[in-house]
This record gives sequence, C-alpha cells and structure tokens, in this order.
Amino acid sequence: MRVNVTVNGEQRQADDVWEGESLLFVLRERLGLPGSKNACEQGECGSCTVYLDNVPVCACLVAAGQVQDREVRTVEGLADGDRLDPVQEAFVEAGAVQCGFCTPGLVVQAHDLLDRVPNPSDPEIREALAGNLCRCTGYEKILDAVRLAASRR
Amino acid sequence: MTLTPAELTSAVSGGIGTSPQRPDGNLKVRGEFAYSSDLWHEDMIWGATLRSPHPYARITSVDLTEALKVPGVYAVLTHQDVPGRNLYGLEHKDQPVLAVDVVRYQGEPIALVGADHPETAQRAMKKIVVTYDVLEPVVDMETAADDTPLHPGGNLVRHVPIRRGSQDVEAEVVVTGRYEVGMQDQAFLGPESGLAVPAEDGSVDLYIATQWLHVDRDQIAAALGLPQEQVRLTLSGVGGAFGGREDLSMQVHACLLALHTGKPVKMVYNREESFYGHVHRHPAVLYYEHGADHTGKLVYVRTRMYLDGGAYASSTPAVVANAATLGVGPYEVDNVTIDAYGLYTNNPPCGAMRGFGAVQAGFAYESQMDKLAEALGMSPVDVRVRNAMTEGSVMPTGQVVDSAAPVAQLLKLVQDKPLPAGTSSDIRELPGGVSNTTHGEGVVRGVGFAVGIKNICFSEGYDDYSTARVRVSMVNGELAAAVHTAACEVGQGLVTIMQQIVRTELGIERVTVLPMDTTIGNGGSTSASRQTYVTGGAVKAACALVLDRLAGRTDIGDEIIDETTEWRHRATEALDPETGQGNAHVQYGFAAHRAVVDVDVDLGLVRVVSLDCAQDVGKALNPQAVVGQIQGGSAQGLGLAVMEEIQTSGGKVRNPSFTDYLIPTVLDMPPMSIDVLELADPHAPYGIRGVGEPPTISSTPAIVAAIRAATGLALTRVPVRPEHLTGT
Ligand code: FES
Ligand code: FES
Repeated sequence: MRVNVTVNGEQRQADDVWEGESLLFVLRERLGLPGSKNACEQGECGSCTVYLDNVPVCACLVAAGQVQDREVRTVEGLADGDRLDPVQEAFVEAGAVQCGFCTPGLVVQAHDLLDRVPNPSDPEIREALAGNLCRCTGYEKILDAVRLAASRR
Repeated sequence: MTLTPAELTSAVSGGIGTSPQRPDGNLKVRGEFAYSSDLWHEDMIWGATLRSPHPYARITSVDLTEALKVPGVYAVLTHQDVPGRNLYGLEHKDQPVLAVDVVRYQGEPIALVGADHPETAQRAMKKIVVTYDVLEPVVDMETAADDTPLHPGGNLVRHVPIRRGSQDVEAEVVVTGRYEVGMQDQAFLGPESGLAVPAEDGSVDLYIATQWLHVDRDQIAAALGLPQEQVRLTLSGVGGAFGGREDLSMQVHACLLALHTGKPVKMVYNREESFYGHVHRHPAVLYYEHGADHTGKLVYVRTRMYLDGGAYASSTPAVVANAATLGVGPYEVDNVTIDAYGLYTNNPPCGAMRGFGAVQAGFAYESQMDKLAEALGMSPVDVRVRNAMTEGSVMPTGQVVDSAAPVAQLLKLVQDKPLPAGTSSDIRELPGGVSNTTHGEGVVRGVGFAVGIKNICFSEGYDDYSTARVRVSMVNGELAAAVHTAACEVGQGLVTIMQQIVRTELGIERVTVLPMDTTIGNGGSTSASRQTYVTGGAVKAACALVLDRLAGRTDIGDEIIDETTEWRHRATEALDPETGQGNAHVQYGFAAHRAVVDVDVDLGLVRVVSLDCAQDVGKALNPQAVVGQIQGGSAQGLGLAVMEEIQTSGGKVRNPSFTDYLIPTVLDMPPMSIDVLELADPHAPYGIRGVGEPPTISSTPAIVAAIRAATGLALTRVPVRPEHLTGT
C-alpha cells in the first residue's frame, strides 16, 4: 500500500508498505528518519514517541495506514535548523543524556508537557514522563532538564 | 609564545574536574546519533534467528526445504555453515554459534535466515522444521553439581574457596540466614543490533553495539575461520550495556549471513528476543553465618554461595571470584570461611551485569549485618561502623587495602542527611500512586542503610590494558587534537572524559574523538568500572608522549604529531586455589545508601521515598557524569530490590517483555541526593576510583532494610514482591 503523510512539515510518500507495518517502521526504515527509537514495540517504553496531529503517541502502536493524510512531527523536527529547541538544549546541559536511546521519546514528551503546562510541578513532570523508560540516568537529571527548559521558555 | 605545561593546563576550559557537555549530546537530542539499530546500507537484507523453544533437548532433525522456497529469502544457515570454530565464550569456549545436536537453554540459536524484509525472514523462519527429543532440564543450582552433566566436565563451572584465620572459632552472638537473589536483566534500551558488510576479498566489516571490540573480533574471526585482520569492527551507537553486551549476540550470525549472501546484513532483536539474546545477572542462593562479640565486633563470617550460570559459562568464573573475595563486605573480619560455586544449569545463561557478583553477596552480607544489629540491640549504622574497613585493612584474601576506604565516613554522610518529610497526603506520593489504592491508611515508613564494596578493573592476574592514540596538528592556525581508542562508549561518557584529559594534558581545547574501531589496539572491556581508569590512563600516557614532541610549541606548522601507547594498571595475582589468598584486585570502590520507604502493608505496595548515596570516587573527572552514574546505578539497585526479575519455570522464561519485566519508571524513582568524596588513590591516574558499579551494590540492601524496618518482616529474597509483604 501507499501512505501519504506530512512529516516535519514535508509532504512524504511511502510505497510498498506492508499491512501491519507500524508508523515507527515507516519512519525509520522507509522515510529515513531513525530518530524515533524502537525499544519494545509494545507501547511500554515511550522511546518511539512522536506527535501525531500534535498529540504525542507511541509510533510503534500506530499502524502505518492510520496516518494517511495526517501530520507527524518527530524528534528530528524539533530543532530550528542549527538551533536546538530549549528542551533539547536543556537535556544536553543538565546531563540528562547518557546512552541517549530514551532521549528522542523523552524530548518529544517533555516538549509536549511544556507546551501544555509552562511551569509544571515535579509531580506533574513525573506524571507526564511516566510512560518513558530510561535505564541509564535514574531520571534525576531528566527532571532537572525539564525544570531547566521550563525556566527558559 | 611558549607556555609551560602548568600554564597550558589552566589556559583551556573543559578539562578534568569540570563538566563540559558530551560531544555526542547534540546529535542524541536531535535524533541524529546513529545507533546500531539505525544503520542502513544500499542493498542490505535482514537477518533473523531461529531459537529453541526448549530449555534442554536433543535435536533430531532440521529441515530447511520449505524455508528456502519462500520468495525473498537469500539464505538459511545452520551450524554446518559455520566455517570456523563453532564454539565461543569469554572464559570457556563452550557456547555454540549455532546449536549442533543439543540445545541447553530456551532461546538457543539454531538457524539463521537472511531475507529482503524482516517480515519475510520471520515467515521463512516459521517454515524451518526442527524436531526435538525433549529432555528433563537441570534447573536447581544447589543440586546441579550432582545432576545430569550438561557439559563434558560436569556442571561445576568454578568453586572459589577462601580460608583465612581460624575455621572453628566461636562467638558470643551468632546470626545465620539463607538469602536468594532473583535473575535481573540489564534491560538496556537499545536492543542488540548491527550491520555486517562483506568485502570482495572475503573479509567483513561489522558495525556493532558492544562493550569490547577486540574480544568480539577475536571470537568472530575464529568462528568465521578468518584471520583477525579480515574482521574489522567499528563501534556504532550503543543504547546502554550494563554488562549485557560483553558476550556475543548477533555478531557472528550477521557476519555469516553477509559472507554467505554477499550482501550487507542488518540484524536487530526485538525486546522479546533481547531477553533471550544476552546473559543476565546470576540468580543466587547464599547461606551466611556471622559471629560477633557482645560489642558488635565481628569474630567470624562463614558463607556458602551458589550462583546459577545457566547453560553456558560466559563470565561465571570471574563472577564467582568476585562474590567470594568480596563476600564479607567492607568489614574487617579475621576469621573467614567462604565457598562460592558457579554452576551450569538449563536456565538462561548468566554473566556480567553491573556489580558482577558483588551485588548478590552484598544483599546477603548487608541483610546479615542488620540481623546482627538486631541481635545485639545496636543500630544498623553502629554495627557497621564498629566493623568498618579502613585503609590498611586486610581482605579475606589477605590483600591489604592500600588506598582510602572511608566506609564509616560514607555511612555517617548518608545518616546525617536530612530525612524527607513524613508520609505525604498527596496520593501521587503514596504507594500505589494514582491507582488511588490508599490515602495513607495502612502505610508505614521505614529507614534502612547499607554499604558495599566493589573491585575496580580486571582481577586475578589478567593483563588489563588499553591502547590510546593522540594526534596533534594545526587547524586554522591553532593546535587541535584527535584521540583514538577501541574503548567502547556505551552511554557512560568516556568520549567526554577523553576530551577532558587531552585538554588538561595538552592545553588544547579543540579535541576530536575518532570513531572507536579495531584499526587501533585493544581498549579492553567497558566493564568493571575500568574505562576512565585504564583507557583514561592510556590517553594520559599518550598525551605525555605528544607533549614531549610538542616541546612547548604552539605552532607546529605542517608537522603532525601522532603517538600511540599502551597503558596497564599494576599487576594482580591469581587466587590460591586452596585458600583463596592473593592480591587479586587492583582497587576497591565503596558506596553507602540510606533508603526511606513507605509500605502499604495491606496491599504489599512499596514506594521508595528517598534514596541517598555517598560514594568515594577518588577524583571526579566530570562531576556531572559521576553523579549521573551514581543515580543510574542506584536506580538499577532499586529495580532489583522491588520489581526486577526474569522469572523462570522449568528453565523457561515467563516474562520476556517490558509488560511483564518491570524496570523503574520516573514514578518509581525518588529524589536522590548524592555526596561525592574525592580521596585520591595514589595508584590510579589522577587518583580516580571507578564509579559505575558501587552504587548498584548498596542500593538494593538499603531499600530492603527500610522495608524490613517498616514491616518487621524478615525478607530474605529480592526482588521483594507484594505477596512477601502481605503473606498471601
Ligand atoms: S517502542 Fe514504542 S513504546 Fe517502546
Ligand atoms: S540515557 Fe540511556 S536509556 Fe536513558
């Protein structure tokens, strides 16, 4: 099947998409956007979080066919050219990135949180990020990063 | 202008002792960092692995006919297609690349498929017909040694005895216990993956996520029957490791498919396959007896411990040695009897995971110290301080601890931290959280302490070294440096540390880290908390050679200064096979934790309220990264304390997914306040002490001690599950 979708502001087309391929697979393997990560393919880790029509979703749980004519924004679409989004900048500065495999999903999720709640409390941050696993950091510096980004926006 | 080295050092920013940003940070937050699962090659195909559904079975036939007929399939391979040695392993070559006539664990690889789409490969795999003669698996580590032998030499992989002082001394106060540690998984987020690209001359390039390029290469070359120089490895982005990438997973498989089909082959495990695809932390059963006088001074410690290595040896021998040599903890004990056994069973293979043998012993000896405190009517901190090791103390192996061992100080530091406020009324901060299971009724609070010890670097006489190359040339009229090693960056931040060392040593701010690969000599393993120590030492040594040739110049024109050197830490000795005596370790690291928990005793739910840590790191080369390691290690200890376990029954894994194998989320983790001591070790570069592992050891027993304090329950097994707390 053929899928037409807007990704990071660009009209894209994927051909020969198999029945059952996920949005994550299409992004990573067909559209050359491997930034969204696959760590479980079961909606458990949040590494694949992308915006679908401005709402964060697990791309591994979305069938490719479902995104026809819709709008997807991935981690690759957050920076403005060379200028990082404040959330991205804060993640690097606060030491919230170790192996970084969780980072794309967390950055998108935190970006969405700060769009909705500019000055979130700690419990609000925790709740918003509860679906994103990180194995390296113990989350303390991820919380620092979100607080830092909030203070700068 | 000519500057002296001291002036050079202070002339640049981003040197050691500061926390500059990681060089790969921007790429990682932009989603542009290439992990091994992100690789792509023109014309590449996908590999998949057929695995045994049985923990123990004889293979009676394998029929590939139908699989080969599936359109889009390029190759289906079995052990008959392995041109070289079909056995590999870190310490014993006992594990088949592809099973021959017997499978010894569920998930053991039997055949490989290469196809044009991952789904084609899956479909073809389902058409491979394997028939089995299913055998009764050996699953009990305590009786395995006398059970059906799974390998030619029997099921005992290694026995490490340690005898020190009197073996039959008596004591006024005696406490005994039997403890169990469940099988923990590294659960790194980036699954096993890589890309093998064949070359026309029959050689192969592998882009791979691993912890040790050279040992991978040597094992791959042996399996492929190729000379080592025809197998070239380049490290790609690694999504965490924690020990789980020390052993081979898909490395040989991808290369076999690539050489067989002449096409680049990508292999990526999904989460379920990842649970089968790497070794785990050894589950353990540990029997302890502690004897003390009425003042709380330890008179003796006797222990017998079993570590379940599963179907293949992996690093079991070294894990057993760690459990034994560190088996009494960071305490002075004159009379010690230790027997540690590593066994083969038909459970999943176990090997390296952060803490490596010290974790299992740590849970048991710290539980014992609490029991002893209770028997003596002392506080848990007092009984530990009473016996705390210091510099100059003697290990059970007879080795004298010859640098700082601030055990009492670390305990005091965590004890003196302010306690968190009382049990919250916000349900988000109560056990069960927004599941709304309690508003505070049935919730009790407890506080627990623990301290642990870990050996840093490789031990027992291993020639542990690293190779570094530093190159300096002029770029845009300024000196610029590049540093090249084969030491693996797995997320911990070695790339930053190497830049910092070069900046400090050479006074050159612009430092590029070249890709890590096998074109340079061995960098050793990214494990045993050793890379900053050993590769850091090598980079520092290479800088010294460069500095000589620079001779104070800040303009070297067209000259390129390029120096490569090996650096090794001081030698260690083997353990005496009868008495376990010997200077087996290079350095010891210590950390202490205080945990505060709230427990809902009706439902058996635990919420860790705070988890504070104090650790001596010798010298914090990058303070931010050091704290990140301590917090991450503490989190993995929390996981083992209250949630993480690969559950097996009859050798079969019951929970190979993130739905059923739970790791801590941000809701499970409390705030962690970290105190870092910097008591330089005179034997180590810059005085550093390895950081990564110690916090994983004391975190678990501190949390369990807090749960015991809250509930009054004995709790002799980790992870503590709700049914242990409610008795249902
Ligand atoms: S890969 Fe989508 S949630 Fe884990
Ligand atoms: S940084 Fe490695 S998983 Fe989060």
